[in-house]
Amino acid sequence: MAAVSAMGVSQHLSSCNNLVPEWTSQEVSTGTTIMAVEYDGGVVIGADSRTTTGAYIANRVTDKLTPIHDRIFCCRSGSAADTQAIADAVTYQLGFHSIELDEPPLVQTAANLFKDMCYRYREELMAGIIVAGWDKRRGGQVYTVPVGGMLSRQPVSVGGSGSTYIYGYVDSNYRTGMSKEECLRFAAGALSLAMERDGSSGGVVRLAVINEEGVERQCILGNQLPKFSTV
Amino acid sequence: MATLSVCQPQYGGFSFENCKRNALLESEITKLGCSVPAARKTGTTICGVVFKDGVVLGADTRATEGMIVADKNCSKIHFISPNIYCCGAGTAADTEMTTQLISSNLELHSLSTGRLPRVATANRMLKQMLFRYQGYIGAALVLGGVDCNGPHLYSIYPHGSTDKLPYVTMGSGSLAAMAVFEDRYVPNMEVEDAKQLVRDAIAAGIFNDLGSGSNIDLCVITKDKLDYLRPHDEANKKGVRTGNYKYKRGTTGVLTKSVTPLDLEVVEETVQTMDTS
Repeated sequence: MAAVSAMGVSQHLSSCNNLVPEWTSQEVSTGTTIMAVEYDGGVVIGADSRTTTGAYIANRVTDKLTPIHDRIFCCRSGSAADTQAIADAVTYQLGFHSIELDEPPLVQTAANLFKDMCYRYREELMAGIIVAGWDKRRGGQVYTVPVGGMLSRQPVSVGGSGSTYIYGYVDSNYRTGMSKEECLRFAAGALSLAMERDGSSGGVVRLAVINEEGVERQCILGNQLPKFSTV
Repeated sequence: MATLSVCQPQYGGFSFENCKRNALLESEITKLGCSVPAARKTGTTICGVVFKDGVVLGADTRATEGMIVADKNCSKIHFISPNIYCCGAGTAADTEMTTQLISSNLELHSLSTGRLPRVATANRMLKQMLFRYQGYIGAALVLGGVDCNGPHLYSIYPHGSTDKLPYVTMGSGSLAAMAVFEDRYVPNMEVEDAKQLVRDAIAAGIFNDLGSGSNIDLCVITKDKLDYLRPHDEANKKGVRTGNYKYKRGTTGVLTKSVTPLDLEVVEETVQTMDTS
């Protein structure tokens, strides 16, 4: 995140005209909280819904869970323009690959396509992506591709600026062998906590469950979020 | 994005630092008999809303060149295709050229497919071009139209990110306009309500943002027809002078008149031929 704050400072210095508000010249960023959890039979993914330009919320109902293929989604964090462009490119490449293969693509393939792009253009891009989905070979899988272009498979992954606030919650509450409903409650709880503390995360909680049958999407509005404190 | 550290100055909100200095300067300047310089104006207010049968796009009409209003009645709603229009904020040349380029490419595409162009296609073309230029093309756009899949509205940022929403605002007056939308937007409005809402949102930008002004242009796009209302509302008509300040010949009496011829001698004579062929 040090690289991110440096970028923020340089953009402020470049707009020396005090009468044009800063957020008109700042890049749109999904300062965000995203997460993905594997369970036996699929994955649960979740994200907040806030996109900011500086201190202004450009979109308070963003959908950061982007479909890449029928059973593969990606969670986007970082620069909105960069992640949208990468997701569009990978969607095209994966669709082409799947037609060539004449079968649904593997989640690992999608993750590698993201990794290739994020690593090759690592100097120009600011994108932290979590790829999650279901395929016939390995079931539900979560792969994380943070800024810089590393690729790592994990049972649980969190990302975005709000993720720093929930590492403790995630590490202490995750257990292997959770059911789909437990995973949904776990994800909703983690995202609510992050949205409570991180200024760049907020809005509604978007959840999706991906398994063999298909994709179920949910949206939890602000007043229905799980409450952790009575203050 | 990341939290600010304590030692960094705050970037958001109003900075009261210069108020004391300004008050001092004002008193000094009026003592000398001059006037304090006027505020600088930059920016735009553009917005769009999806209603029951289509979309309504709105824009103010002020174009500024630094401190000066370069054009009091410029057109910020650009043609993309007969069923798709695009409002542009930011650098005027960038928005003009970008929309013209995509309009041209979209017409070729439409002839190639044999179908009416879709708003999503225009959105894809615009975002891919703006991303390629990494934000150096300063065009912030509100793209709206009606196609075979219904009415659509997109906001497109200079770096190439887009949002598909039922109501969007862009430009320096976008906060004022968004305040009006957040208060009064409801889904599936009638056309007159939608026009009134967009008119009020742009008016909020015009009267509360120093960078926007003059008239309000509207563009109502539905499946069957298109209304390009320019101007829809002349919110800032130029005032009429109440008196005549011209003086008749002979108002000032002539007391004396003296004529002094000036003796000029020719120092140098040069001939420069002009090519008129």
